[in-house]
Amino acid sequence: MATAVVSDSGERENYLNVGHGLKSWLLTVDHKRIALLYLMSITFFFFIGGFFALLIRLELLTPAGDLVQSDTYNKLFTMHGQVMVFFFLIPAVPAVLGNFLIPIMIGAKDLAFPRVNLLSWYLFIIGGILMIYTILNGGVDTGWTFYTPLSSEWSKTNVIPAIVGIFFAGFSSILTGLNFIVTIHRMRAPGMTWNRLPLFVWAHYATSIIQVLGTPVVAITLTLVALERLFHLGVFNPSLGGDPLLFQHLFWFYSHPAVYIMILPGMGIVSEIVCCFSRKRIFGYKAMALAVIGIAVIGFLVWAHHMFVAGISVYAALIFSLLSYFVAVPSAIKVFNWTATMYKGSITYQTPMLYAFGFVGLFTIGGLTGLFLACLGMDVHVHDTYFVIAHFHYIMVGGMVMAYLGGMHFWWPKISGRMYPEGWGKLAALIVFIGFNLTFFPQFILGYMGMPRRYHAYPAEFQILNVLSTAGASILAVGYLLPMVYFLWSMRYGRPAPANPWNAAGLEWQTHSPPPTFNFDEQPVVTWEAYDYDKLGEIPEREEIPVAR
Amino acid sequence: MFGHLPLWPENASTTAGNVDALYIFLVLVSGIMTVLIFTVLMVFAVRFRKRRGRPAEQIEGSTELELTWSIIPFCVMLAFFVWGAVIYFQERTPPQDAAEVYTVAKQWMWKFEHMGGQREINELHVPIGRDVKMIMTSQDVIHSFYVPAFRIKQDVIPGRYTTLWFRATKAGTYHLFCSQYCGTQHSGMIGWVVVMEPRDYEAWMSGGGNQPLAVTGQKLFSELGCVTCHRSDTQGRGPNLVGVFGKPVLLEDGRTVTADENYIRESILEPAAKIVKGFKPVMPTFQGQVSDEQLNALVAYVKALAGPQSGRPADGMAVATPEP
Repeated sequence: MATAVVSDSGERENYLNVGHGLKSWLLTVDHKRIALLYLMSITFFFFIGGFFALLIRLELLTPAGDLVQSDTYNKLFTMHGQVMVFFFLIPAVPAVLGNFLIPIMIGAKDLAFPRVNLLSWYLFIIGGILMIYTILNGGVDTGWTFYTPLSSEWSKTNVIPAIVGIFFAGFSSILTGLNFIVTIHRMRAPGMTWNRLPLFVWAHYATSIIQVLGTPVVAITLTLVALERLFHLGVFNPSLGGDPLLFQHLFWFYSHPAVYIMILPGMGIVSEIVCCFSRKRIFGYKAMALAVIGIAVIGFLVWAHHMFVAGISVYAALIFSLLSYFVAVPSAIKVFNWTATMYKGSITYQTPMLYAFGFVGLFTIGGLTGLFLACLGMDVHVHDTYFVIAHFHYIMVGGMVMAYLGGMHFWWPKISGRMYPEGWGKLAALIVFIGFNLTFFPQFILGYMGMPRRYHAYPAEFQILNVLSTAGASILAVGYLLPMVYFLWSMRYGRPAPANPWNAAGLEWQTHSPPPTFNFDEQPVVTWEAYDYDKLGEIPEREEIPVAR
Repeated sequence: MFGHLPLWPENASTTAGNVDALYIFLVLVSGIMTVLIFTVLMVFAVRFRKRRGRPAEQIEGSTELELTWSIIPFCVMLAFFVWGAVIYFQERTPPQDAAEVYTVAKQWMWKFEHMGGQREINELHVPIGRDVKMIMTSQDVIHSFYVPAFRIKQDVIPGRYTTLWFRATKAGTYHLFCSQYCGTQHSGMIGWVVVMEPRDYEAWMSGGGNQPLAVTGQKLFSELGCVTCHRSDTQGRGPNLVGVFGKPVLLEDGRTVTADENYIRESILEPAAKIVKGFKPVMPTFQGQVSDEQLNALVAYVKALAGPQSGRPADGMAVATPEP
């Protein structure tokens, strides 16, 4: 790139060294710094949620409920779900990687509304503080799904603080989505047409639509639960004249699309990684872009597949079952097109690519077992069993967390200006993959055998598979701690990263690592299609990666 | 086949075999898909690994291929859908002459009452080879009635009835789980379904000398004063209930509803909700005055008034003539 501004210390000025001190971070409107604020926040919540998960797995090591009391166990799985869904999975990729990368990928200086972006982080933090208050004040035991009338009348725990916390986190999510939509529409660099957008940006566009349209519904629904709990407003509680199934309809109207909030950005990441490490244009760009939009739209029409045994009409169940199969088609296109992208490529196996392999494999299993659950006669038996637990962890942990880690490794040189240690990266990816499968595959079998979810104690015949699952969880924990350690290590000791260590396509690789505050020294003008790997040649060997000055 | 491995729950109902067959089909098809995708991934990963002097060949995509791998999987999925829907329809359509068991779920126990008046808690005795219909409601939060050996499940909801049916095929004792999270002792809300040979079942039923449920309902019908208005002639201030159950009812607002369990229940608790054509909304509500168990008895009685094909009145009960 052109000459860079050099700071007083002699280093090139970038978004990290441009200001120092707490104030320069807490009042920043730079999307990259806000992304790092989010990164620290969600990592904190990931380890809290993970700690709850570890306690759950330890309790389930033996059939008797002997490690903690029933109420404690119920709070553990409730808060594991709430923390992981609302405070890690939903913000993880959009608010961290999306926030950091979208403006750079489209050649913009920042998001359309930088102050709104900072506001969204503060709202997230208010929500997070309320969640921590909920935890410290004794927790909440409704299940993350808040089913009424358990949540609105019978639970004696901190339902209101948890609801208000999620309400705030939801608004943070809406603001992020709004910011992305406007940015992608209005801030693209000259020449960056819709057909040249990286699929990462398309995926976030689809995600943002869901965030903006879906999140208000869950906010209203949870508010109604709070009003019913506080003032006995009869909306959901039949003893007050309400309808408990209405709650489920409203809750899943958001919470099913929310699954796509979690997985679509991950699909965006995988598209970037698979192209880069195969040195290939994406197979079927238009189909891939349409598929994410299709998933977002059809995803709004399948919510009642969570309610096949809840007492809805047979005919409603038929429609929702059929529509659930419709949403599987674009998901299948994605898997096949990633695979086809590798055909006649020149593939290397750096850490991000290992995570992408893991994602495609585990997402395939997660998706195919979703077909079991969309199948009416099958769902009646496995609904609310460990089969469901295994299925959505394959999507959210096997899919989404794998993609998130792949993305973190892929863009870490850009974010931190340092290379992570490749050998440790590969080892961690392998440990995560093995640990994950050992944790969750036995749960499919447990589910078909009939073990219900959310059980503190269970009959002895389920023990063998639960022991396997707990063993896997402890391996998985190691796999998650490792990247945490070496990422921190690399910030100080990692080799300085060049602007484009992977020789990758995309505007984010054409600016410095780390980028300057306004991302580019000069306004980029785009004259090429997305993923023009034919012009870029091979990926550099490790020893060939030039060290940045 | 998998008797010694913990892979399979017991198969003890007419539904279980159907669900297992569907499961095997789903596992096979998705297993083939998984192996196919994994194999192709592996082959590509090895075959197209980076080699000096062999750059990647760029391919734009192929609409034909994309259509192929959209349409073929979708057709396979339609087969999943149809097969699943057929089983679901069977599961949701109770046979006409099923024996009925009224169920009240509460934190954290299952209460059952048979038509013969036998009551059980956390244990349910049923015979082999007889259709059994569960008519269920909850006193507090949502629960779910789940018997893995039968492959059936239905949420049990406060304020209304939900139903489920099964026909047991194999004697034995099987888990009954509450599968919808319901608070502190959710994992303790478990019990047993005891499937008995018909002869043993008859012996079990005849022990104890209980009063049939519909007879209990008949007594309540008198005690609560229902009988003064709902007379068995056309002179009452309320509709004559003889023969009503299971039939369409024309309402004052022009709608027609079927007189099922939920309709009877609602008419007792919220009489003004659906007024039968030609009658006035004069009936007082019984909300808070009758327990769920008493409601079940009243429903069983009204059902018995409709004759033996809908309910199953116990022998010797005076069916159509409530005493004044």
